[in-house]
Amino acid sequence: MSQPFYVAPEQVMKDRADYARKGIARGRSLIGGTYADGVVICAENTSNTLRKVSEIYDRIGFAGVGKYNEFDQLRIAGIRHADLKGFNYSRADVDARSLANQYANMLGQVFTHEMKPMEVEILVAEIDEEEAARDQLFQVLYDGSVTDHTDYVVLGGDSDAIRERLAAKWKPGAALSAVLQLLVSSLAGEERQLEAADLEVAVLERGDHRRCFRRIEGDELSGLL
Amino acid sequence: MTSLRFDPTDDPGPDFAGLLRKAGLEPPVPNGDVSASLDIPHGTTCVSLRYADGVVIAGDRRATSGNIISHRSIQKVFAADRHSGVAIAGAAGPAIEMVKLFQLQLEHYEKVEGSSLSLDGKANQLSQMLRNNLPMAMQGMAVVPIFAGYDFAADKGRLFQFDVTGGRYEELDYTATGSGSLHAGTVIKISFIDEMDRDQAVNLAIEALFQAADSDSATGLPDLIRGVYPVVATITADGFDRVEDAELEDKTRHLIDKFTNRGGRDGGNSLSTDGGPQA
Repeated sequence: MSQPFYVAPEQVMKDRADYARKGIARGRSLIGGTYADGVVICAENTSNTLRKVSEIYDRIGFAGVGKYNEFDQLRIAGIRHADLKGFNYSRADVDARSLANQYANMLGQVFTHEMKPMEVEILVAEIDEEEAARDQLFQVLYDGSVTDHTDYVVLGGDSDAIRERLAAKWKPGAALSAVLQLLVSSLAGEERQLEAADLEVAVLERGDHRRCFRRIEGDELSGLL
Repeated sequence: MTSLRFDPTDDPGPDFAGLLRKAGLEPPVPNGDVSASLDIPHGTTCVSLRYADGVVIAGDRRATSGNIISHRSIQKVFAADRHSGVAIAGAAGPAIEMVKLFQLQLEHYEKVEGSSLSLDGKANQLSQMLRNNLPMAMQGMAVVPIFAGYDFAADKGRLFQFDVTGGRYEELDYTATGSGSLHAGTVIKISFIDEMDRDQAVNLAIEALFQAADSDSATGLPDLIRGVYPVVATITADGFDRVEDAELEDKTRHLIDKFTNRGGRDGGNSLSTDGGPQA
């Protein structure tokens, strides 16, 4: 029996990371940002039915870039995790931090142990019932690394350039329309113009309602832009 | 959460009850007749009726354990989701648990699939939950719900009655469940007219529960002393809307005044009004 070739672990990890990054770079990017009444997530997505942004729980939203079937699996696993936790304990006990950690475990496990890493980057956003300062954005990468943000977060292949454009003009605590216009122009860049039909937008909105997630579509979206 | 990813052939999909089974969280079925050996609380009378804009769904606030009034302010009418509601009679513990599971199931489906179930689909879900509860019902813990909602496909309110085996029966005008259902149902049957407005429909629901409580010891009267009124909600295209206690108090006092002025003071049995819902 022949011995397999020795490959240094550094090389294995690097190859996997390159593979995942290449997959993610093929898709279009998205941005999550805080505004006065909550969090807005804006994705470049021409499909009306295959969603990148969706609801996980009362105050928690999800967004993914990369390979659709992979982040959709993660989305469903997140809904299951949240609904089971709320059923077992209380709705107040479901939080984004624990969900982001679960995602990190899952992605880290797949990255190191399975044939192929998941080609995804995900965002878990949570708003606080009262205080805008406590809104949270967690970014989880393909290898399971987690970072948390309080202002904005950019996911996807072109993220560095988009982040640069966004950082130059970012003002915290602005109104929805102002933030959304900034997100859209940052996504588009200088040469392009993004229309309402090219976008998928949703907000987590503070208010009296239990379920804070709401899609912004059609005339409402055109109006805000 | 790793265990919440399933093999495609084994995936529960948008079914929350199926997920609970996979997670090993299904409650065990007791051996022997529970209600005979333990006096568990039972909830009683609920009604639902159709009116011009949708449906009204209402229930009294009493739970009884044998001869004892175990709760005076139990809630038996719940929003199932934005455009439907469920009212329950029967063993209070399993009934409230079933409602909780039903609400979660509808929301879980909506989130996983990205669209809500049709009204028939929701009614069918409740039907299946009842069928799964049949072993519990055989141990004395029966649950008999009413399901009502606004159907956007048909542009009207619809209501469904169930039995413990999961039998599902759509009713056209009104339905009642629980120990006072015979009395409450009769009141609505006599006074029901097509296309009532909201006030008429809410008044009729309050009167039906009042009359049921007057004749059935397990149904609670509106409690003016403690300020406990039936839970009454309207379900229309605008959603599930619980009627405020202040309005219920007003309508209840109005109803009592009517009864008081029209006899009943002489020790007779009747609590008569002029018949027909009041405007």
